Amino acid sequence: MFHIISILLLLSLFFSLYRFLHGPTLTDRVIAFDALSIMSLSLLIILALYFERSLYLDIALVFGLIGFLGTTLLGRFIEKGI
Amino acid sequence: MLEFIGFGFMLFGVLAFVVSAIGLIRMPDIYSRMHIGAKSTTIGILLIISGAICIEPTWGWKLILLAIFVLLTNPLSSSVIARASHNVGVPYLNPNDIDEYREDKKC
Repeated sequence: MFHIISILLLLSLFFSLYRFLHGPTLTDRVIAFDALSIMSLSLLIILALYFERSLYLDIALVFGLIGFLGTTLLGRFIEKGI
Repeated sequence: MLEFIGFGFMLFGVLAFVVSAIGLIRMPDIYSRMHIGAKSTTIGILLIISGAICIEPTWGWKLILLAIFVLLTNPLSSSVIARASHNVGVPYLNPNDIDEYREDKKC
């Protein structure tokens, strides 16, 4: 059952990666980066359930924090430049 | 029994992720892409976290903390991107649409 969930999650990760690499403007890439960070956070939760280690949940928390900071910084970069 | 309910929750959450990824490719406009990139991923990760709580109830506090964190930060980052792209001047798909934020900025 974990295999089906992981395969569907990897499929959606690749679809979002297409928008991240091919998106015409900068804003498209930032939106795709936001979706990618949330999807890889849920992939970390599924890995924590699969290997039965609760250490991955702490990594998921820090990963979500860094993804939020990156998205906010990129939004500010779109608006005002460096 | 609780495990099957958890797997059902996680399956629906991953389905929301697949819908979000298809929408990221097929939506024509930046604002509609932002709509599907924020809301659908939020409901997906909340369903996956509730499924994980059903499968492993002893990790409940960490997972609830993660859910609160995602629920607080995900709309905030989406709002920051929307405001930035509107201030830069990304055009709508249909230029005759209602845009109340532009009318507010004119005053």
